[in-house]
Amino acid sequence: MRTTSVAPGTTLDPESQELLQGLKSSGRAYDDACARLHALLLRAARFEVSRRRRGLTGAEADAIAMEAADDALLAVLRRLDDFRGLSKLTTWAYKFALYEAAVKVRRQTWRGRELPFEPEALGSFQAVSPGPEEDVEVRERLGRIAAAMDDVLTPHQRRVLVALAVNGVPIDVLADRLSTTRGALYKTLHDARAKLRAHLEETS
Amino acid sequence: MEDANTNELLRRLLGPAGPEIGCDACFEELDRYVDLEVAGKDADAAVPGLRAHLEGCPACREEHESLLALVQSDEKS
Repeated sequence: MRTTSVAPGTTLDPESQELLQGLKSSGRAYDDACARLHALLLRAARFEVSRRRRGLTGAEADAIAMEAADDALLAVLRRLDDFRGLSKLTTWAYKFALYEAAVKVRRQTWRGRELPFEPEALGSFQAVSPGPEEDVEVRERLGRIAAAMDDVLTPHQRRVLVALAVNGVPIDVLADRLSTTRGALYKTLHDARAKLRAHLEETS
Repeated sequence: MEDANTNELLRRLLGPAGPEIGCDACFEELDRYVDLEVAGKDADAAVPGLRAHLEGCPACREEHESLLALVQSDEKS
């Protein structure tokens, strides 16, 4: 039987306590708890897929939800000792299923598509005829950012910023194509944004 | 509409101005943050930098929106 890892002074709600106890036991009690957890994860995965399915067929959506629930079950069981009782166990478990489902839907939606790395959207916004004074200011700011992207960012930072912020490529999809992680890519995006903001402040 | 799109593009390019946590820390804290939100407590004070991250990261923002909606639907049933 596994030991509990709930933070000192934390009181679990009865549902979390019961489910956690089952998942930390063995035999029939463990199997029952796993089945209950899988049902919760499948519900969460279906919830996410139905919100984000973006043109998937019903069969594709069902398959993604089931695969996400299966992967989430493994992730939850692998990381069960990390659960500290700072949320309900269901909320903690749901996030794994939502994450798995969201990532799989994004990957499926972008499967086979070439990723756009050029900032075409910036050009189209700048090309629009100026309107009221406020619009001109916004477009001038956009023009300064476009110039700064060439001047102050590294090629990698520019590529990541353009794909994520200008062209709306999902971060998980870009991470897959560049063989990196969501966290590492977001750090690159964060650093690029910070450089742009600092440059705008210095030059304004 | 066009101006709204331009402002949105500016927001996406420059990101949140304040301190923010990263995607990995966001995932670790998301359940606690959502349960605090649902309980009507000050989630932003408990997990500084997570709200700013949600503003800057569309993927984490989607997952936050879904977790919040799912937990809220549980609370109602």
